Amino acid sequence: MRDFEVPRHASQTVLDVVTHIQRALDPALAYRFACRVGVCGSCAMTVNGVARWTCRTHIDKAVRNRNEITIEPLRNLPVIRDLVTDMREFFDKWARAKGSFQGDRSRRDDFSRIPSEGASRKQIDAAIECIGCGVCYSSCDVVSWNPDYLGPAALNRAWTLIRDERDTASIERLRAVAGDAGCHSCHTHMSCTERCPKGISPTAGIAGLKREVSLALLRGQL
Amino acid sequence: MHRISGILLTLFLPGHFIALGSALEGAQAFDEFLAWTERPLVKFAEWGIVLLLAVHLGGGLRVLALEFLPWRDWHKSLAAAAAAAAIAVGLAFALAL
Amino acid sequence: MSAKTQSLLWVAQRASAAVLALCVIVHLGTMIYAIRGGLSASEILSRTQGSVGWLAFYSVFVLAVAVHAPIGLRSVLLEWLGWRGASRDVFLAGVAIVLAGLGMRAVVGVFA
Repeated sequence: MRDFEVPRHASQTVLDVVTHIQRALDPALAYRFACRVGVCGSCAMTVNGVARWTCRTHIDKAVRNRNEITIEPLRNLPVIRDLVTDMREFFDKWARAKGSFQGDRSRRDDFSRIPSEGASRKQIDAAIECIGCGVCYSSCDVVSWNPDYLGPAALNRAWTLIRDERDTASIERLRAVAGDAGCHSCHTHMSCTERCPKGISPTAGIAGLKREVSLALLRGQL
Repeated sequence: MHRISGILLTLFLPGHFIALGSALEGAQAFDEFLAWTERPLVKFAEWGIVLLLAVHLGGGLRVLALEFLPWRDWHKSLAAAAAAAAIAVGLAFALAL
Repeated sequence: MSAKTQSLLWVAQRASAAVLALCVIVHLGTMIYAIRGGLSASEILSRTQGSVGWLAFYSVFVLAVAVHAPIGLRSVLLEWLGWRGASRDVFLAGVAIVLAGLGMRAVVGVFA
């Protein structure tokens, strides 16, 4: 842990502070960012103990007292250097949760028509805006206790696909997200829901997965 | 909270069952046991167990509601309601004790 | 243990939780009612002895606990102690048997 003195500006974000440190005080500081406007999900860090997207976190909101903030890398992920974590495990778990769409139409088929006011479409809308920043994963108690746990983001992704009427891999996906490494380990502590910068509730999606897995189980489809 | 109350209740239950099982040896053994429970420290522990049970019940109902009911923004009030219900039961038991 | 079995355990735990929620509410109510004016063996036994209703209630209660508690401990042992695999599950089956055995002994004890 190192201390830096940084000038204070109006509308300054945590990412601005980190950038200032790297440009003016310590050129060797490693951190990750790209869009600076809350779209890409690459700048998440632990700010005063709480995982946040730093580009959209104002210093005014983050500073607790005496004009000091502590900035650390995301938790629950291996640190490569300084503020940069290795996100491989995080994204590998999306793949393990079968987080990619599988359909049965080709480009010669007509478009699928999904009414935007349908119940499942609304559930997808509530969960689809994930930017993959890793804030939820870093805030999750279950991930810190059980490294095999797929985590909120991957399960949330699986949930949006389970609700997708065009997707054809539901049963395989339910198998992939069932059990100790999957949705059944969620304790509904709701840290992910509390911290998600996009206002998604992975807890709701995971609860949905639990119900879907149970239904498939009782129907003998698993 | 939910976890710790669950663990402690599981540890308590065998003792509870053995005590009740002593009824098998006749009402007298059972009464001797009940006399032991009149001690203040034991009484306090009993109250703790009842409170744990209420806490675990409240927390459990919260989880079931989150998992099985459609919900959006009332999860915080739900946690508070669970805590309030647990405290109410604890008070009722303390008053009756 | 397969993911399917783990899912089944989850269903069993939530189902037993729902049963227990009802049982615990009844149990807490009875307790608060019964301890007014102190407890005595004769008072408890006069309520339970020969009562098929209480026998059935407490049997369901005990068996639901024997299902519910070991499954809960299963994730505690994994997440806090890192204990996984068959040895843990055999241990927990033992816990279930002890809870069911002692519990049913007590239920029969206050009924007979």
